[in-house]
Amino acid sequence: MRAAALLALLLFAGPAVAQPRSGYWDAGPQVRAMQDDDTANPGFLWVEQGRAAWQAPPPGGKACAGCHGDIAAMRGVAARYPAADPASGAPVDLAGRINLCRAVNQSAPKLAREGAEMLALAAAIGVESRGLPQRIATDGPMASVIARGEALFRTRMGQLNLSCAQCHEARAGARLGGAVIPEGHANAYPEYRLEWQTIGSLARRIRACLTGVRAEPFAADAPEMLELEAWLALRGAGLPMETPGVRP
Amino acid sequence: MARPLINAPKSVRRGEVFDIRILIAHPMESGQRRDDVGKPIPREIINRFVCTYGGEEVFRAEFFPAIAANPFLTFSVSAVESGVIVMTWTDDLGASQFESIEITVT
Repeated sequence: MRAAALLALLLFAGPAVAQPRSGYWDAGPQVRAMQDDDTANPGFLWVEQGRAAWQAPPPGGKACAGCHGDIAAMRGVAARYPAADPASGAPVDLAGRINLCRAVNQSAPKLAREGAEMLALAAAIGVESRGLPQRIATDGPMASVIARGEALFRTRMGQLNLSCAQCHEARAGARLGGAVIPEGHANAYPEYRLEWQTIGSLARRIRACLTGVRAEPFAADAPEMLELEAWLALRGAGLPMETPGVRP
Repeated sequence: MARPLINAPKSVRRGEVFDIRILIAHPMESGQRRDDVGKPIPREIINRFVCTYGGEEVFRAEFFPAIAANPFLTFSVSAVESGVIVMTWTDDLGASQFESIEITVT
């Protein structure tokens, strides 16, 4: 009976990180103060740019505001991506969703996934979900995407032969050089990194880890990137969204 | 380039000292870096920032390459009269940008 209860507990414990801890708490008091003050958070330069882009129709097309109305209507949207596109069933992240909208509804060219315009729009949409718990759908096509993402997360990669989990799960809270290893959650993207001196996407951050273990990084639009993003979102389920986060 | 974010009170009492905070979008390229083929990237920073209040200069700063991208500046001003506060900055390319805010002194 006790063995069965223990087994049930193990099976239903959900993601390995039971109570996810945001990288915010590992960022140091100065960086946290920067994030907490909207007038000192450099991410808001992009948020403002994105809010302007929301209102501005692309040449020959319709503005985001033309269909969606005020950007406040986007509350909660960023917290549930990556998600399956209802039309095609294909999984997309927020940047992918924006580009789908541009292609299908706005007759506008796609934005570069990591260009300033895309990051600005994603930040402006993301900030509307600030404080809401990150919660993505796990059914339908997302189930297999998340499963593949978790498998990737636990796969050793690169010349250093390390998996994501070995640092961000097994050694989270320990140090790598002078820096605390965070749990590696995705609740603050696009985020402003002092290291980058600019805002960047989750894909960029994942690439930095991949080159760090001397693996060949996935392309920004590779399915592996989306799978990892989906798994990270599930792994950090319940964490409040912090977009645009500030990290060291 | 994105517009700067400015934070200052709309109205203050006469004689009160208040803070103006400004976050300027700028790459602040230091001139020390090289691009992916080893060519030096020329320096391009904001080198001068001036704030005037009712036409009178109240704050000036010289910037140097060690200042990070998207500089954030806080300075204090003493409220004298209602008027316009103009902040102007110039970068290495000679491009000048300004923003103004109105302040009401009661």
